[in-house]
Amino acid sequence: MYLYPIWIRLWHLFNAVLIIVLIVTGLSMQYTDKQDYILVVGFARAVKWHNIAAILLILNYVFFVAGNLLTANGKYYKLEKRTIWKDMVKQMKFYGWGMFRKEKHPFPITLERKFNPLQKFSYVLAMYVAMPLVIISGLGLLFPEVTVNRVFGVSGLLLTDMLHIATAFFLSVFLIIHIYTCTLGSKPTSLFRGMLSGYHESDEH
Amino acid sequence: MKLSLIKYFFCLFLIYAGSASSVFGRPELKTQQADVKDTVTFRSPYYDDNERCFKCHGQNKYEYTNENLGRQVKAMMYSEIIIDRNKFYESNHRSFSCTDCHSDEYAKFPHAGELRMEQTFNCIDCHGGDEKFAKYNFEGIEAEYQKSTHYKLDAEGFTCWNCHNPHEYKINIRNSSNIKEAILYDNNICLRCHSNFNQFQILSDREEINILQKHEWLPDQESHFKNVRCIECHSELNDTILVSHMINPVEKAVKRCNECHSKNSLLMSSLYKFESKEQRKDGFLNGIMLNQSYVIGANRNRYLNILSLVMFGVVLIIIGGHIFFRLTKK
Repeated sequence: MYLYPIWIRLWHLFNAVLIIVLIVTGLSMQYTDKQDYILVVGFARAVKWHNIAAILLILNYVFFVAGNLLTANGKYYKLEKRTIWKDMVKQMKFYGWGMFRKEKHPFPITLERKFNPLQKFSYVLAMYVAMPLVIISGLGLLFPEVTVNRVFGVSGLLLTDMLHIATAFFLSVFLIIHIYTCTLGSKPTSLFRGMLSGYHESDEH
Repeated sequence: MKLSLIKYFFCLFLIYAGSASSVFGRPELKTQQADVKDTVTFRSPYYDDNERCFKCHGQNKYEYTNENLGRQVKAMMYSEIIIDRNKFYESNHRSFSCTDCHSDEYAKFPHAGELRMEQTFNCIDCHGGDEKFAKYNFEGIEAEYQKSTHYKLDAEGFTCWNCHNPHEYKINIRNSSNIKEAILYDNNICLRCHSNFNQFQILSDREEINILQKHEWLPDQESHFKNVRCIECHSELNDTILVSHMINPVEKAVKRCNECHSKNSLLMSSLYKFESKEQRKDGFLNGIMLNQSYVIGANRNRYLNILSLVMFGVVLIIIGGHIFFRLTKK
């Protein structure tokens, strides 16, 4: 089943590379020390590459939002408000219990339903809540002159950075879970292959 | 769907920009704020005496009676010998009479030509060896200065006054409640020569230096210039004096970001060394900086660090458990 058109695969590839660069350089800045022993890259290089990757990520994000607005792909991110919680619990039960008992997938993937409810919810959270927050707070740090100086006696930059880091942390956790759940296909590599070829192999979780 | 997405993004933008936008109404910090209270209440016992000097040296033009010509003459005052009356009465030396440091002979006009050759005092001439000023450690400052790169200009006439105009100088970082104003005041001392070639070439034969170009490597240059003093990177730290006076040669300037952007930030031993406010105790490393500023890498929060590690650990344990069951329940 051809599920991932070329623009999505390209967007996803760039997004993955840029997010990894941003996490590595972001961690390098946050946990910088006088000796570079725990750092992957030095502070100056981290700042430079973090800024470059961030600008590219914003462009890539605009491309993603535009793609979802202009093509049918947007429909996959529409949450079914009435049933979403019930469906997510059902999916969670499957991941935690059912899949080990060889139960059938409660939400098999079709052309109409690319994501299971848990996927859909976490993707919406990541792409439409966390990403805008991390981008806007990141711009506030990139252009500190537009960030409010002090909020109730606390540095506006500190609050902006805490929002940025906290959101980035949740996105990093999301990334780990995302990569792991991608091993839940019919074979551990089949979902990764699908994201490269565009063709989804059925029978996955 | 499309419309609600647009609305959603617009709202999100407004939430953030709403708090951030107030900055556009924020007054730009351009000039050093005067200690208004002091100038209002302070009245020098020598005010009237000093006024005899300020009458001419307090403005751009002066007027005198030329007895040879038998008429009043107006002339321009040389900019170097104009003393700003208000700045003088705000300064640390405000209670002085002009003739405490300058010859009494200046009371006569026209001034005698040889008075130009009068010896001027340095800080140490008055403040050295005086118990009253022991806490400032002027001797330590003098010793530091003699090791400083500025000292090699001593023969060219470099003195304390090149940086600390005795007619305007006031204690800065120790008394300032607003560190940004203190930074501006201190940096202006350096920029007086280093961004003004007319001033610079009096002491040095070097070519003109473009400060902005020289610091182009510095990310977010403007923010650095507003939030740290030049001496943070260009001087040697010293625990015994308030403000380091040993200016290093340019090759020894701090260029590693980690020196400030780290757990053991050097800003704690320089800019924030004498910050009188209490150390914050809310888990932030180098929390005292947060009273005035925020430095990425130097102000991380230890509780949030622990929380993030715990959360990350829990995720990894869940994934590990899941992998275990996948392998064993095949």
